[in-house]
Amino acid sequence: MKRLALTALFVLALLLTSGFAQNINIGFTVSKTGALNVDSLEQYRGFELWRDQVNAAGGIKAGGKSYKVQFVGSYDDESNVKRVQQLYTRMILQDNADFLFSPYSSSLTATAAIVTEQYGKIMLTSGSAEGKTYTLGNHYLFQMFAPATEYLKGVLDMLKAKDPKATVAFVYEDASFSVAVVNPAKTYAQQVGFNVVFSEAYAPNTTDFSAIIDKVIAAKPTVLIGGGHYPDGSTLARQLYNHKVNLKMITLLVAPDSPQWSELGDAAAGVVVPSQWEPQTVFKVEFGPSGADFAKAYTAKYNVPPSYESAGGYACGLILQRAIEQAGSTDTAKVAAALNATDITTFYGRTKFATAPNEHGLQIGHSMVLAQWQKDKSGTLVKQVVWPLAGKSANLVYPIH
Amino acid sequence: MIDGLLIGSVYGLAAMGLSLIWGVMDVINLTHGAVIALGMFAMYLLFTALHLNAYLLLLPIIAMGLIFGTLVYWTSVHWVIDRPQLSSLLSTFAVNMIIIGAGTAIWSTSPYNVNFSLPGFTVGLYTFTGNHIAAASAAVIIALALELYLHRTRPGKAIRAVADNREAAELMGISSTTVLALAFAIGIALAAASGALVSTLFPFTILSGGVYQLKSFVVTVLAGLGKPLGALLAGILLGLLEGAVTPFIAVSWIPLIEFGLFVIVLVAFPKGIFARSAA
Repeated sequence: MKRLALTALFVLALLLTSGFAQNINIGFTVSKTGALNVDSLEQYRGFELWRDQVNAAGGIKAGGKSYKVQFVGSYDDESNVKRVQQLYTRMILQDNADFLFSPYSSSLTATAAIVTEQYGKIMLTSGSAEGKTYTLGNHYLFQMFAPATEYLKGVLDMLKAKDPKATVAFVYEDASFSVAVVNPAKTYAQQVGFNVVFSEAYAPNTTDFSAIIDKVIAAKPTVLIGGGHYPDGSTLARQLYNHKVNLKMITLLVAPDSPQWSELGDAAAGVVVPSQWEPQTVFKVEFGPSGADFAKAYTAKYNVPPSYESAGGYACGLILQRAIEQAGSTDTAKVAAALNATDITTFYGRTKFATAPNEHGLQIGHSMVLAQWQKDKSGTLVKQVVWPLAGKSANLVYPIH
Repeated sequence: MIDGLLIGSVYGLAAMGLSLIWGVMDVINLTHGAVIALGMFAMYLLFTALHLNAYLLLLPIIAMGLIFGTLVYWTSVHWVIDRPQLSSLLSTFAVNMIIIGAGTAIWSTSPYNVNFSLPGFTVGLYTFTGNHIAAASAAVIIALALELYLHRTRPGKAIRAVADNREAAELMGISSTTVLALAFAIGIALAAASGALVSTLFPFTILSGGVYQLKSFVVTVLAGLGKPLGALLAGILLGLLEGAVTPFIAVSWIPLIEFGLFVIVLVAFPKGIFARSAA
């Protein structure tokens, strides 16, 4: 009797483990609460849509097997670095994650990367543009976003073409992402001959910008470039508008890309955002859905159009899927080799990772576009692509008022 | 400077609530920040439902604050008021965590906006928004109304009597329990009102009350305990200070200056800078 029970238990265990072998476990955290909530949720929806579509199509096919994608974790990291550290360790050690996606934002990703690298797990990063993490000699980290140094180059090039005599103010969040974006932009602005008349970082939880705005007014810049994430960016735009600051162009990071931005009404109009992806951008797709199909499926599921965070999330899944298929295995070393060899265009644009040891995993294939919130003929706020000129869907409105 | 003056009066109003409860009951009310956040959400919900002038909505919010304050008093303050101060500190902290937890579950920590704006006026390059002016005026009006209430009405005088000497007040036939409940309710209503005013100026989340709670502590210490009008003046002073120093230093340094001031005042003027004039 005892032997029979043991055999039954053994068979059950075998069945269970063989069942698990048909799953690919992917771990990541979501900022369900805290300052990164808005952007992080959009990224999560990208992951989720990809998973649902892949599983509906029969899963990831590799080495003659089909694997269902299963998310382990999806815990709330509370936009907090400490939680990320605990949860990524937990997902690897207890939840048996095979692969990881990054949390949202550069600072959370930098922390997660330490954990995933320590345990030798592949992590595809989305919503994380800061490039420093990739210079630390990591082997299994792969970046989907164009790096921070690329964010504002286009804005300054566009401004150079439109108003070469403009003066520039930088007002930005004192956080790793925005600092990593703004510092090279300041240097670049001076290189191309702009006069930077004001520059100041503000604390990430700032809600009252009156003091900074007064300083901006005193410095009399033509354009303002800066921001950080959603809460501060939306507040800054609203207060700039209420204080009637005379600016010909406002460019803010991240926040204006969210569909929620239009809720700011008139304060939203004219604001430019550097974007990793816009629904209007069209690429010759080699793998996965077209941009239009992605946007359609996303809008049908969530009742809002996708932002670039959503597209980045979906693209993460897509690139991992392709690497596993190319590798014909879920083995970390083989998938990493396939990722190293990746050079492909999806709806999200081109993806190629640096393979040199001093910048391994850095995104070198993807390029950015600039979008501007404009009023269409019926007065509704819509986001238009204004740069690069080759891919524009509307002309830049300059000056905004 | 003018911006500082305007926002300072809202700081002052927020601190009045804390100061009143602290002074009368010897309770450091740690629900203060959470109630400020609740005031913000009350304004948001009422405004989106009714689309009335946001500043008219202050009246129902104050009424709700009074009811909520009474409720909190009877559920979690009354029973610990005669115990060591740590008890009431922990008890109000627990209520604070309950409010924030429930708020996070309902509204998450995403930012909300009260989409209401009054026309402002422009002097040269600088524009002062109508909302700032209206919020500051409302804060001053509420503060003066409270001052009149405390000095001219029977219940108001009873509150002051209990604050001065609870035993003596009881000997004079004042029911100190009723008075304490009333003072707590008023303190909570003031916090809610200040939250409602802030919500017309800046976007907010359920966690936004924390900043104003900290500022309220600084203001209360500046003014001295239990001096509501002093708290208003100290609030304005704090706002002015912020306005005056920011042109010269990076904004990130402001908390350092404020809390530096907090320590200096605690050490040098333990009864507040208005101690002598109010005595």
